This record gives sequence, structure tokens and C-alpha cells, in this order.
Amino acid sequence: MTTSRWRFIPGLAWRESRTARRRLLLYMSSISLGVGALVAIDSVADNVQTAVRSQSRSVMGGDISFSSDKRFPDSLRAVLDSISTSGLKVGTVVTFTSMAYAPRTQITRLAQVRAVGPTYPPYGEVTSEPADQWKALQAQPSALVSPSTLISLDAKLGDTLSIGYAQFVIIGTTNSVPGDPGLASAVGPRVYIGEKYVANTQLLGFGSRASFETLIRLPDGVQSPKWVAPFRPTFQKQNIRVRTVVQQEQNMTEAVSRLADFLGIVGMIALLLGGIGVASGVNAFVNRKVDTVAVLRCIGATGSQVLAIYVTQAALMGLAGAAIGAAIGVAIQFVLPTALKGTLPLDVQVQIVPRVIALGLGIGIWVALVFSLRPLLALRRVSPLQALRRDADALEKQRLKDLPSHLVNIALVGSVVLLAVSRSDSWRRGFIVAGGIGAALILLWLSAALLSQLARKLVAQRLPYLLRQGVANLYRPANQTRSVVLALGFGSFLVSTLYLVQANLLKQFDVAASAARGNLVFFDIQDDQRVAIDSMVRAAGQQAAAATPIVTMRIKEINGQSLDAWAASHAVQRRHWAMTREYRSTYRDTMVVTEKLVSGKWFNDVPSTAADTIPQMSIEKDVASEIGLSLGDTITWDVQGVPVRARVTSTREVNWGRFDPNFFAVFQTKALVTAPKMFVLVAAVSSDTAIARIQRNVVLRYPNVSSVDLSLLRSTIMQIIGRITLAVRFLALFSLAMAIPVLFSAVAATRRDRLREGVLLKTLGATRSQIGRILLAEYSLLGMLGALTGMLLSFVGAWALIKFLFDGTFAPALLPAFMIALVMMTLAVLIGLSTGREVFRETPMAALREN
Amino acid sequence: MLVASNLQKEYPSGAGALAVLKQVSFTIPQGSLVAIVGPSGSGKTTLLGLLAGLDVPSGGTVSLDGVELNGLTEDDRARLRGEKVGFIFQTFQLIPTLTALENVQVPLELRGEAGGAERAKMLLDRVGLADRMDHFPTQLSGGEQQRVAIARAFANSPKILFADEPTGNLDGVTGAKIVELLEQLNKSSGSTVVIVTHDMTLAERAGRIIRLRDGAVVEDRLTATGAPAA
Repeated sequence: MTTSRWRFIPGLAWRESRTARRRLLLYMSSISLGVGALVAIDSVADNVQTAVRSQSRSVMGGDISFSSDKRFPDSLRAVLDSISTSGLKVGTVVTFTSMAYAPRTQITRLAQVRAVGPTYPPYGEVTSEPADQWKALQAQPSALVSPSTLISLDAKLGDTLSIGYAQFVIIGTTNSVPGDPGLASAVGPRVYIGEKYVANTQLLGFGSRASFETLIRLPDGVQSPKWVAPFRPTFQKQNIRVRTVVQQEQNMTEAVSRLADFLGIVGMIALLLGGIGVASGVNAFVNRKVDTVAVLRCIGATGSQVLAIYVTQAALMGLAGAAIGAAIGVAIQFVLPTALKGTLPLDVQVQIVPRVIALGLGIGIWVALVFSLRPLLALRRVSPLQALRRDADALEKQRLKDLPSHLVNIALVGSVVLLAVSRSDSWRRGFIVAGGIGAALILLWLSAALLSQLARKLVAQRLPYLLRQGVANLYRPANQTRSVVLALGFGSFLVSTLYLVQANLLKQFDVAASAARGNLVFFDIQDDQRVAIDSMVRAAGQQAAAATPIVTMRIKEINGQSLDAWAASHAVQRRHWAMTREYRSTYRDTMVVTEKLVSGKWFNDVPSTAADTIPQMSIEKDVASEIGLSLGDTITWDVQGVPVRARVTSTREVNWGRFDPNFFAVFQTKALVTAPKMFVLVAAVSSDTAIARIQRNVVLRYPNVSSVDLSLLRSTIMQIIGRITLAVRFLALFSLAMAIPVLFSAVAATRRDRLREGVLLKTLGATRSQIGRILLAEYSLLGMLGALTGMLLSFVGAWALIKFLFDGTFAPALLPAFMIALVMMTLAVLIGLSTGREVFRETPMAALREN
Repeated sequence: MLVASNLQKEYPSGAGALAVLKQVSFTIPQGSLVAIVGPSGSGKTTLLGLLAGLDVPSGGTVSLDGVELNGLTEDDRARLRGEKVGFIFQTFQLIPTLTALENVQVPLELRGEAGGAERAKMLLDRVGLADRMDHFPTQLSGGEQQRVAIARAFANSPKILFADEPTGNLDGVTGAKIVELLEQLNKSSGSTVVIVTHDMTLAERAGRIIRLRDGAVVEDRLTATGAPAA
């Protein structure tokens, strides 16, 4: 008997939903874009991770990498030779930057030169155009170049290419080279030559920057971390980095999952916004269904049967909404790789991931249901008396001990927390995100309540009638203040937060023309070449800024302690990059615009006593905190074999995003003036042709000096930033689009009351324009409050994201945030006024008959 | 059989409790046709709500086919209505999203009974709507809608049928036809029919009239066509 009472419920639910399906689907479409975002993000992340797993060896070019910016000592070379003779495939590559000069076209470009050994790469195949040219690199002084190199030098196959003091014949272009990800070659030109011809270039002398790498291919099935473990200490002792393909994979997947986490949180918030839309929409739906439910109750339906009928409808429409979302997500998944082409170091195959789609559908239906249940539960309390007399209370009072309501509340909060935790990399972060969302909702709710209160107090008889009527709508029974402010505020919170995060992140790449002192940078200038190059720039009628000296050094001791002892006593990893890296430092007595003093005093301001003969230095604040340095500590630097002591007297914050020579460590002049050094020279050159001419003249005379045209670099970076901006703007627009069905749902909850009231006013003689102005007053106030509260909340949200997730400093972008608030407000007014259209259409009779 | 004993209904108001029904008692035997009449505000609809278990009394009891309603929960009362009660409303109250046939099927489906479609078709045929089964309420006239409502009310073979102003929204001719239909079904099914109305012509066609005023029974008499009161 019990089961038989339920067996017709699904059919009845389906038939009863006939005329409501479209409306219900509109409400449920609020979740579509959220589901779409999640499916797209998860699918792309899954595709990228699959690509990482299958391609990490070819991205790295081997299973183990040993690398250093110095040549390996003979003892270690012997170890590598013995590995090679044991039958494993070992490949070597030396990477350095140099000017590439094409004599025929007389164009120079800064290029990354990769001098490869005969067995490089140990893993993967090099493809070139024409094919099979890779081996030829070892037979004669020839070069394979990336296609972008050929374009930027306006060169063609067969042309000669000058690298340093050597000349190479261009024999082809590379399509793909393992160990050299696509992203890197998109940024700068690449030139491949045989390793044995490096010496001819004479570029790897004093002070030059090069990276020496040896890659090893292990037999299939051998675990790289385990295999390399016995070698690790020996190599690391000599400051040689040891990297395995497993680490490579982890690094790459970590970066992808971090990005996916951030986007996932955005998608999740979008989904929750959709949930609010669903709740408002279903609330409106419930209001329309009271009469039908009362009849059903009269003719024998129990509360659970009634609930089952409408929960079935909500679930079906939720499924449809989620399915539309999943389809949108899959469509984005297919479009996204095309949009990101060239920015990923991998060949990502777009594949539909059924697990992700099922998860998206599941989450979508769950959110739709859990947010519908709250309003739907009210249907259990519809009094059957309502069928006999309309003046009966439509809903019986909710009992405080109504267990299902409490369970639904718990499920709602639990769902938000679970979603947040599942989208964050830690429970703590998940709880913080969920708490933030909860706090935002509570604040919006409170501001709506406050608006209602204020409206009640402020409506004075002296206000014009139409305005008074509009304001009064904010607190009268069946007002929509809370639902609209909540939906609108949360929507603008989401859109504005996204925009602010994007603006703040991009601010770090501030590449405005004024940011750098010039647009042509020469580096690797030897001491005796400085004056000549300076005069070459000036002779061309251009301005050259003062040359910046660069001294390479490593940390030897801190406060007289060896690095081992310092690391042990300061809980710092001995192998931390800040401890082991080669520092390229400078000396000067003044600060530059890209620096800001954080603590201590600049050199000139420190009173130096005769006794204190130790030179002073300033260190970048992050390096100081990584190593555990405090003001007053002394560091002994190894400056090419000579120990140089300096005392830390200040820490600085450095804006690395600007194209100016920036340094971790800056010394007092007297500390380094006699040290072996190179120079960087920045020139402000007026035209592209002048840049090309100066570059060519310098490279012809001093092939070891490299130069970079910042305007070219700027435009490359601007292109990448442009893509990121586009992606974030797309997300923001996506969220904005989402706010539309959500707002429609929020307004729908009180649509019938507004309609009836408007028509009654019409009956009493109100004109269309008067009704329009009443609605305008009401929705303007609602829109203003919702959008502005959302905007203020977004400052807090964006600040938290920038500070805790991206480790940056937040600066509010007021004007764009106001513009977003304005758009949201306009949206609210337009959607609100669209209700008015129906008031104008309805005849007074129709509404009165309905009563 | 329907028994009301000392029924009271009070609503809270600013000046204390407002008594809408005062000590109403009567017994209606199975198979009879009874009219409850009285002016607006006399408590007719409130009494109907209490008799059908749509509302709970402030005092007194209702026994419907031997079942005391007082001790039942709202859902138990709903199940009892599903098994023993039929309803006809002044505003027809058909579910607008269902066809005529589906509307009639609903009570049977809620009870989980198989073969509902056949019985619904038979009932619609009996009320003369065999050719309008697939029409939605908005596609039917007022009289037709009320006939569908009558078919729906008889779908679960109710022991007792409550009709609230069944002709109130119909013109005279159509109203008369509806009353005839009710009489026929009352006779053929043996269901008790309780009609609430202020239309005295309609009331006189019932076997017994219970008149209310200010919430109390002021008259309880048999009509010319009525059988002896129990």
C-alpha cells in the first residue's frame, strides 16, 4: 500500500508541470553557467594533466636533469661519462643568450642559443623543416632556428648567421624540440647549434651567463627519484641542480591545479549565485502553485506526496539546467585550447571527460535541489482550506520544531562548505572561502533589512506620491528587497571581484612606456667596452642613461657562519634558491624609482664611524625573509674567488615588473668598485630604424654584447597579458550574463503581487508613466543598494584573494568597480521595468477577475 | 454517516477570541442529501471545512464514516479524504495544467489505484463529457468545468461528498443541470451529499436543510422531498 501511493507521483509530477516547465527551466538555468564553468575548468585541467603525464619526459627531454650555470667539474663529468658508458643515453646542452646577426639583412635580434651535444635529446624526436637536419648540426657550423627567428631576422635558409665571433649556415627551422617547451620559444627566438662549435663563438668567457645541462634517459620502468638518489648529494654539493621527470610533472600539474583551483572557486561562487537564483525562482513558483496544492490536499494528497510531486519537477528541471550547463562547459572546453594556443608548453588533446561531466551534472542537480527545497518545503504547509476560501492563510505557520526545514538548512550550509573545500587545496582555505561567502550573504541580507527599515522611516508625506509609493514598496508586505539585494549584490560582488583581481594581477606587469628609462638595453658589456658603446649611442644622436655595473657573486658566510651552520640554526633549507643562487648585484649610492625602502636606512643616511669599515648593502625584502636575515647581519660574498664582507643596513621592496635593471642586493660603491664587473646600459632611442642600426653596429664591433629591444619584448608581453585579460573578461562577462536569469528569478518572486497592484492602480486612474515612475524609484533604490554593497564586498574579497592566494598587494580600482556597479544597477532597473510591461498589457478586468 | 457534536471554532482577534461556530451538533445518515444554508458570515464554509477535516475545531468532534477526525494528523486526514471524501467547489478548482481526464484521475493516482484512466473515462462519460476528455480547464465552459469537478469528486467512490456553492458561478440553466447530476449520482452511488449554499431553490431540492445564523444552527428540518430525519 505504501509503495503504491507513490507509484503515480512521477507521472503526475510530469503532467502537472506542463505549463510551468519553461518558467521552471528559466529559474533552473541560473545554475547552467555555473555548471558550465565548472565542467569547462575541470575538463581543461584534466586534459592538461593528462598531457603533462604523457608528455613530461618529452617536455624535459629525459628522465633526469643535472644543470648548473657553471661548467661541471671534471670529477662529476667523469661520473656522467661512466653513466654514459654503462649504456644509458646521456645528452648535453649549453644554453646562453646572444645577439644573432644576419649579415645579408643586417638585422640583429637577441636569441637564446642552445648548443646541443650529439646525443641530445635523450628522449623524444626533434622535427625540423626540411626533415632530418638535426644530425647535421654536429657535422659543420650550421644552425637550426625557430620559425620566429627566421621571421624576426628576415632571413631564409642558406643565410649566414653570426653568433658571437662564429658564423653558422641556417639549414632549417625546428618544429618541436624535446626539452624546449613551446611557450619559451614563442617569447624569444631560438638558435640550435652543435655543442662543439660553442668555443668558436668566444661567448662563454668571463661573466657570461650560460646554463650547462646534462639529461639522462632511464630504461622504461625505472623510477627516476630512486635511481638518482645515490648521485644527488655528490652533485648538489657542487651546486648542481638535480631534477627528475617526476618533479617536473609535479611542478607542472601543481601550476595547473593552482590555476584550476582559483577558477574553480570562481565557478563555484557562480554556481552558488545560480543557487540563489533558483531559490528565488522556486519561491515565485511556489506562490503560483498554492491553489493547486490546496486542491490536491483537499482530494487526499499528503504533505509528502505534494512535496514529492514538486521536488520531482525541480529535480527534472535542475537536471535540464545542469545538462545545458554541461553542454556549455564542453563547448568552452573545445574553444579554450584554440584561444590559449601557444601559451601552453604542451600539446593538449581535447577529450571529453565523462567523470567531469557526471560530476558537473551531479553538483548542478544537487545545488538546484538543495536551494529549491527551502521554498518547496513550504508547500507541505499549504492549508486545504485555501481551496474553499482565498482569505484563509495560504500557509500554515512554520513550526520551530520542523525537522525537515532544519535538515535543509544544514544541507545548504554543508553544501557550500563542501563545495568550497572540494575546490580548495586545503580544508582551512575551503572553510575560509565558505566563511567569506557566508559573511557576504549575511552582510547583503543585513543591508537589505536596513534598507527596508530606512525606507519605512524615510517615507514622509511630503515626498511626491510616486516616489513615496516606490520607496514604500521596499518595506510593504510581499516586498522583494531581500531577494533582489541578495541576488544583485552577490552578482556584482562576483563580477567586481573578478575584475579587481585581474586588474591587480596585471598591474604587476606594468609595462607603460614611462616605466623604463629607455627602450634599448645592452648587457654583458665588459668594462673596457662601456665608453665605446656609450659614445656609439650618442653618436647616433640618441640618449644613453648611466651604465649600471653588475658583479656576479654567491653567498659564502652569514655572520661568520658557514651556510650549513646558518641554515641549521635558522630553519632555512640549505638548498633554498636564495642560499645557493648566483647573485648579479650592483653598487650605487642612490635608490632608483623601482625600489622602496622597507626597513633600515639607505647608505648615505647611516652615520659611519671610523671603526665601522665594513661596507653597507641593501637586500630585497623577500630574499631577506627567505634566508632569515636581519638588519645588522653581515654577509661574506664570494665575488669570483675574492671574499667581500658587507653589512645589511636596509631592506627594499622591488617592482620586478618594470623593465629596469633590478637587483636583489645593492652595495655601497666602495664595496665593489674594484671587483670584476660587466655593465648594463639603457638607451632611449627615438625610432625603430635607429634601434636596428645601433644594434647592428654594436654587434659587429662587440659580438659578446647583447641587446634587447624593449618595445618588441613589451609587445610580446602585452600579447600574453592581452590573452589573460581576455580570459578574465570572458569570465566576468560570463558571470554578468549569469546575473540576468538570477535577477529575473529574484524579481519573479513578487511579480504577481506587483502585477495585481499595478493593474489595481491603473483601475484607480494611474497612467502608464506614473506606474513606470513608481517602478523606477523602487528598482533604482534596490539596484543601487545591491550593486554598491556588492562592490564594497568585492574590495574585501579581491583584497583577500590578492593577499592570500597571489601574495600581492591590493589597490582598489575604483572607477571600473563603479562602472560594474552601474551596469548591475541598470540591469536591475531594466529587469524590474520589464515587469511593468505586463502591467501595461493587462486589462484591469483580468486582474480583478483573478482576485 | 457524518456526526458533528458540539462543534466550535474560534479565531483570535484584537478583542479576544471570536466565535465563528457555536456548539453545532447534528447527524447525517449515509446516502442523504443535505443542504447547509445561511447568510454570508454565518459560518457555513467554516462548518464545511471542519466536517471535511480541512480544519481543526476549537471544541467538539466530527465523526466521518465512523472515524473520529480529532485524533488524526493533517496527513491522516488527507488520506481519509482521499478514501472517503469528495469535493466540489464554487470556483471548480480544477488543476489548470491537467486535462479533464487527468484531473479526474488524480484522486485515484494519489491512492495508488491502478485502472484509474478507465474509471475516469466512465465518469466523464456519465457527466456527458466523453468528447472533452483531452481538453484543458481553460478550454471548457464553466458548466463543463463543474461537471469535470463532479466526475473527479466521485472518482474515489466517496462515502460523503461536500459541495461548496456548486452553482454559485453558473447561470440558472447550467446550475439546474449540475444539481440534477448531483441528485442522480447521489442516488446511484449511495454517497452522502452535503451542499453548502445560500440558493434556497437549490436547498429545497435537498432532503434536509440545516440553517445557520451567527455560527449556530437555528433550523434543522426535512424538506418536502426529504426522508425522515435520523
